[in-house]
Amino acid sequence: MKGKIAVKVDDLTVAYNYKPVLWDIDLQIPEGVLMAIVGPNGAGKSTLIKAILGIIKPIAGSVSIFGKAYTSHRKHVAYVPQKGSVDWDFPTTALDVVMMGTYGSLGWIRRPSTKEKKSALEALEKVGMLSFKNRQISQLSGGQQQRIFLARALVQDASIYFMDEPFQGVDATTEVAIINILKELRKAGKTVIVVHHDLQTVPEYFDWVTFLNVKKIATGPVKEIFNDDNLTKTYGINYKVSIQK
Amino acid sequence: MTDAQIEIQLIASLVAVACAIPGTFLVLRKMAMISDAISHSILPGLVVGFFLTQDLNSPWLILFAAITGVLTVVLVEKIQQTKLVKEDTAIGLVFPALFSIGVIMIAQYANDVHLDVDAVLLGELAFAPFDRVYYGDMDLGPKSLWVIGSILVLTLILLFAFFKELKMSTFDAGLATSLGFSPIVIHYGLMSVASVTTVGAFDAVGAILVVALMIAPAASAYLLTTNLKKMIGLACFFGVFSAISGYWMANILDASIAGSIATMLGLVFLMVYLFAPSKGFFAVLYREKQQRREVSLITFLLHLKNHIEIEERHVNHLNEHINWQKVRSKTILSLAQKNNMISISNDVVSLTEKGEEFTSKAIEYILTNEDSLIEDMKEDFFLFRG
Repeated sequence: MKGKIAVKVDDLTVAYNYKPVLWDIDLQIPEGVLMAIVGPNGAGKSTLIKAILGIIKPIAGSVSIFGKAYTSHRKHVAYVPQKGSVDWDFPTTALDVVMMGTYGSLGWIRRPSTKEKKSALEALEKVGMLSFKNRQISQLSGGQQQRIFLARALVQDASIYFMDEPFQGVDATTEVAIINILKELRKAGKTVIVVHHDLQTVPEYFDWVTFLNVKKIATGPVKEIFNDDNLTKTYGINYKVSIQK
Repeated sequence: MTDAQIEIQLIASLVAVACAIPGTFLVLRKMAMISDAISHSILPGLVVGFFLTQDLNSPWLILFAAITGVLTVVLVEKIQQTKLVKEDTAIGLVFPALFSIGVIMIAQYANDVHLDVDAVLLGELAFAPFDRVYYGDMDLGPKSLWVIGSILVLTLILLFAFFKELKMSTFDAGLATSLGFSPIVIHYGLMSVASVTTVGAFDAVGAILVVALMIAPAASAYLLTTNLKKMIGLACFFGVFSAISGYWMANILDASIAGSIATMLGLVFLMVYLFAPSKGFFAVLYREKQQRREVSLITFLLHLKNHIEIEERHVNHLNEHINWQKVRSKTILSLAQKNNMISISNDVVSLTEKGEEFTSKAIEYILTNEDSLIEDMKEDFFLFRG
């Protein structure tokens, strides 16, 4: 394992109406990895991220970020929710949505100034969306909306990024653009954790992987643990993948 | 205008603005019906407040009523959380129950007091100037004006202080939580403001008009703008416009002021719904017609590109080949000709250079479905407006 532990999850259990969605999860994510969380539908992948971020309250267990409680490290953590989690008809522009990423460092009441606007514009440029800055968000394509969400996370200048299915419903060009940005983040020493669906691309995109299906099946470097055995344990069927490593 | 007339219009306008601000957020949060629930279920709160203070003018009444308003929201959420019924059903269960408790309490214990159901539902703006505030011998103006004025000032202070928090937690509560803001605090803050506004306003204008003033201006503004600040501004404008024009309509017709204002609100929404530039009924109709023509044009040009045979390109047989009615074929034909996409010689249609280029681009777009291509086409040609 490399250096420090970025995220440590201990005995985490989450239940909706007494039905466990995550059961006794222990997980250590080292700093500086680009990690995929994979598992079938209903495996609790999104729930795991939301529980780590405190959006969902677990019934047991604890989470620490760089050895401390999440609340004292909020500013180091950025979150990209699923695109479908918000109302894109909301009356606002692309730039304004990206600016929301700066609200965390501003805290209550203080208004964003030109400094925040400047960093929002830079983030828009990074994701190739600068020319759309004044576009109303409902007039963006699915891939463009995803990039706006990514820009909003970038503007937080965090150390750890959580992303919930950033590749869902985006075209091939956007997928490449997004993965390139994620790889750049890793190069800059950031930790990136992505809920991911497409098993084919795991070895190509990620260096670390966690198999999840209500319980944690395995976690570690893609090279060592991304194999038929773990896939079968996670997906329940005899999984014979012809994935080139 | 008499002083009373000016005062009534002023009260109505202040109520309109005080309602439009929380109303905008309720509409954006898809919680419009909550305002209906609050406006009815504050009745038992008022009655209980009256029992405790024995004074209809006590500010404690507003507090009690506002607490019942927030209680309504909590009850609706609790019922909804059981997942046995949906939100609209939960609202339908909670507020009639609370309202009817209020009605029974009035009928049983407060029959001799000026607290009747008609007044609660409809209010009476016309009487507002008679209930005045005095400091010693000095007339400070109608009580309603002071009540709603203070509520409006409070609402404005909260709006300016927490605009960014309100916007973010309305758009993306998950992000707000992860950044350390509490969407729940903001949610109940908004509900408290909505409750206090409702209580303060309905004494003057009645429960039904409060709902209309919260929802109709915001809904109209929503169709006109894609900017939250402008949406709030427009909602306030529509509210004030309806309040003043409604007052004069009531004056001319000798009708209920509250009823006339609500009617104006309805008319404003109807006008906006019909004529809004991009989301309005006629704009959508026009755009659909335009799109239909554009798709027809592309279909027609593709046909020309795919067929070299003369019989497939003869003016008089085109409709048979593409299976269109004669009129439609004619319109499309002349549209293409007007844009120099085709030339006709001896009644045989051929693509011009511009037509060729356009069609190739269209094919490329259809095959790749790439956004950048359609952007190019929009610029290069007259097509795909809006």
